[in-house]
Amino acid sequence: MDNLVMKMRAHGVDFFYGKNHALKNINLNVAVNKVTAIIGPSGCGKSTFIRLLNRMNEMVPNTTLTGKIYLDCLDILSPCIDPADVRRRVGMVFQKPNPFPKNIFENISYGLEVNGIKNKQLIEERVVTSLKRSAIWEEVKDRLHDSALRLSGGQQQRLCIARCLAIQPEVLLFDEPCASLDPISTRKIEELILELKKDYTIVIVTHNMQQAARISDYTGFFLLGDMIEFDKTDKIFKAPSDSRTEDYITGRFG
Amino acid sequence: MNSDMLASNKSSHGKGALRSSSGLPYGKINVYMTSSFRIKEKLIQGLFGTLAFSSLIFLVGIVFVLFKEGLPIFQDVKISDFLFGKFWYPTYDPAEFGILPLIVASFFVSLGAMFVCVPLGIGSALYINEIASHKQKMILKPLIEILASVPSIIYGFFAMAILAPFLQKTFNIPIGLCALNASIILGIMATPTVCSIAEDALSYVPRSFREASFAVGATRWQTLIKVVIPAAGSGISTAIILGMSRAIGETMTVLMAAGGAAMIPTSAFDPVRPMTAAIAAEMGEAPMGGDHYHALFAIALVLFIVTFLFNILAEIISRRFRIKLGLSG
Repeated sequence: MDNLVMKMRAHGVDFFYGKNHALKNINLNVAVNKVTAIIGPSGCGKSTFIRLLNRMNEMVPNTTLTGKIYLDCLDILSPCIDPADVRRRVGMVFQKPNPFPKNIFENISYGLEVNGIKNKQLIEERVVTSLKRSAIWEEVKDRLHDSALRLSGGQQQRLCIARCLAIQPEVLLFDEPCASLDPISTRKIEELILELKKDYTIVIVTHNMQQAARISDYTGFFLLGDMIEFDKTDKIFKAPSDSRTEDYITGRFG
Repeated sequence: MNSDMLASNKSSHGKGALRSSSGLPYGKINVYMTSSFRIKEKLIQGLFGTLAFSSLIFLVGIVFVLFKEGLPIFQDVKISDFLFGKFWYPTYDPAEFGILPLIVASFFVSLGAMFVCVPLGIGSALYINEIASHKQKMILKPLIEILASVPSIIYGFFAMAILAPFLQKTFNIPIGLCALNASIILGIMATPTVCSIAEDALSYVPRSFREASFAVGATRWQTLIKVVIPAAGSGISTAIILGMSRAIGETMTVLMAAGGAAMIPTSAFDPVRPMTAAIAAEMGEAPMGGDHYHALFAIALVLFIVTFLFNILAEIISRRFRIKLGLSG
């Protein structure tokens, strides 16, 4: 894969829900400052995979994980690593916007406070920069103390992105971020992702193949827990080397 | 399809026309709309309507009786003397009907009970919802519900026979039947109420809130204290208010455990007579239609208003909570 610096590397990852083999020997590298998309039909394990990258699946009981996942050269699955440390460096935006039932300001400052930042001025600065960075500042600057739940779905999702940015992660994981949004909000999020790529490494799971084609540099195609193909996005969509990938992107199943 | 047909056959038994095998009764709408069918429909609606509204009828009836039997006392005693009078001597001559000692006793004992049932109830709710394994949950939840189903006389008996002598010995007091004794036992009784409502409130907090919190690097305790508990906060306050309402309305236990002296308590070791205990103990000996009789009804009225207000407060808070979480208005 050219001479890129790899931000995250998954090496021989197997994952089980009970006895259900959800991911089979996944090897995937995430290049720094690129957008890596993971596509595939429902139940192929793409969400499961992305949730391993910030150790989010640990909250699900009765699961087994083998293999290695590295962030730079840190083995994030090692038992002596605190998952909270990993999550600080690898932020996540979820499928359904999930702001806290707090006001807009507190939604962003929360992440800073739980990470021990007490300096009020610093918190304020970070809140403002993250809101600006996630292209929602103009819409909320006059009502920072309104409940975040009053925002529209698209605004809530951008607020969630701002919440992520506030703690200055290195990698951003997007788990179908536009699944519950209308086309206009979706476009805004996509533009934002392209903008954020300059400073962050991005992994996005998406159901929407056009979305993957529009915004990603690399694409991995998952099917029933296997990674069928991983390549430059152009290549995957124009000349896939596996017939199953071709069937999927041309809409023959999924 | 099959069950549809079955249903339509059932609802129109006797009408041969609908027993045909055609699925939807489009061509037979006129059969449905015969007047006898309409009357039947109305009757059924009326029947269920009556059942649904019967609780309202009971409520109105209760309020009516309370007012009718309670108000006459105020012809002889001023409302302010009744509510704030310090002496309850209903059988003296001249009788005194000041229920302040009874009101104070009710609140005193119930507040004391809060010190027991809030930590116990909220603590166990937090444990069950946040920490317990699935197996522990399966054991703990029914156990706490069993605690709720123990008849109150058994609690009273326990308070009298075991707790009171224990308190008497431990604190070296003349009698064990006192406000503290009643508070402890009431607190234990109200624990299941508080626990199960608080547990519901915690389980209504969407998983996505927790995930969002973990995703920004918060620990489990930070998530619990800063996200989960505030989100469930109104539900938890509802639990506390309903627990209080349960404690203040409880009769048998306080009758047995509180000691029964109608005076304003100065310490937790004083025997007290809460409103419920006064009504239960004195109703049998109050001559029907007399002042004492009406005074007891008036106490019941006060009690009713207090618990009614508690419940309304709980309802308002829980409604606000649902709006806050975005779970419909």
